[in-house]
Amino acid sequence: MNARLLAAAAGSWLVLWLPPIRRTLESDMALHMAVQVPLLIMLGVLVALVARDHEPRWLADADWLGIPGIVAVVLGTSFWMLPRALDQAVSDPRADLIKFLSLPLLIGMPLGLSWRRMPPLGRAFIWANFIPKLGAIGGLYLGAPTRLCAYYRLDQQELAGWTLIAIAVALGMTWFFAAFVGWTPSCAKQSPRRSSGVLIAAVGRN
Amino acid sequence: MTRGFPFLFAFVLLIGSAALAFETDGFRVVTSAGARQLSVERTPQVLPNAGLVDQDGTPFTLNDYKGRPVLIDFIYTRCPTICSALGDDFARLRQLMGGTRSIDLLSISFDPTDDRAALRLYGDRFGAKAPRWRIAAPVDERARAKLLHSFGVVVIPDGLGGFIHNDSVYVVDAQGRLARILDPDAPDRLLAAAVQVAAP
Repeated sequence: MNARLLAAAAGSWLVLWLPPIRRTLESDMALHMAVQVPLLIMLGVLVALVARDHEPRWLADADWLGIPGIVAVVLGTSFWMLPRALDQAVSDPRADLIKFLSLPLLIGMPLGLSWRRMPPLGRAFIWANFIPKLGAIGGLYLGAPTRLCAYYRLDQQELAGWTLIAIAVALGMTWFFAAFVGWTPSCAKQSPRRSSGVLIAAVGRN
Repeated sequence: MTRGFPFLFAFVLLIGSAALAFETDGFRVVTSAGARQLSVERTPQVLPNAGLVDQDGTPFTLNDYKGRPVLIDFIYTRCPTICSALGDDFARLRQLMGGTRSIDLLSISFDPTDDRAALRLYGDRFGAKAPRWRIAAPVDERARAKLLHSFGVVVIPDGLGGFIHNDSVYVVDAQGRLARILDPDAPDRLLAAAVQVAAP
């Protein structure tokens, strides 16, 4: 099971790296930001699911409450949201390789390893920061009168803006229902021990 | 909390902020165009000696301008939007400069289909006369690639048969170095900024 998961992650990584697929996903700003980047992060999360059983003790201890891990995630995702970084990834295969390695290994894996160490309110804090930030960046893209990326057209930038806003709204609605109505997204139900579902319990207690 | 936590936390914070600081040139730019502007401003950049041909069919190189500052923009003659605006700006600049004639103008076409007739037509639209204001095309594909790369001009298809490209004005100083990249602005302000850099 573990070996198969790792093989699937490695295979997906290679498929995403294949030049036709890579170029297609990077030919459009919305595909680049809302499909390729999240997929690469998710591959890292997948690897973390396997790696967590083999995680060295010192790392688990040093990643107190998942704080260093989530800081790596926040700084890393900020990096790959810079228009300059996206431009470099499109124009320079070396920069793209750095992106392909750093997104799963330095963002996805820390996310997968640290998330379950975080206290429920810490997770809520991250969600509550991430969702408006996504919407705000989308709004910036929509409002920018000039192109931010040299390799993307203004209409692509607008589409990317709308896409980020749509994702922010979808996530916001999901968590609204989770927090107020008590409906739990199926992805949060899977690990009952310390799933994201405890967010509801935490909010409910307050 | 364990003893390892402060070290891991500091390590992540340090590497992460260093990467962000590096990518944004010390938190000053977020776009590649901004980074390019800043880098040129700090260290004027030597330009390649690429060959060009102007609207009269006269061959020349960027080196021929040595000793005289020149303002450069990048265009294609079929361009319906920003190239026309750039053309108007340059035409107005020529009027503003009047008798001083201290700065030459050069519009470089990056469109391989722009022949001499197309360059001439574009020049006539704005009253451009060589050699004070040349409308020119690179002599071959190599010269074109070299020019676009050294000026940091990115040209992408607009999906309608045309191109989307940087609309900056490039100031080359009397030493033949790319000294400033100016955002398109009102011609009088553009001129003031260009004069300040090119012919102080």
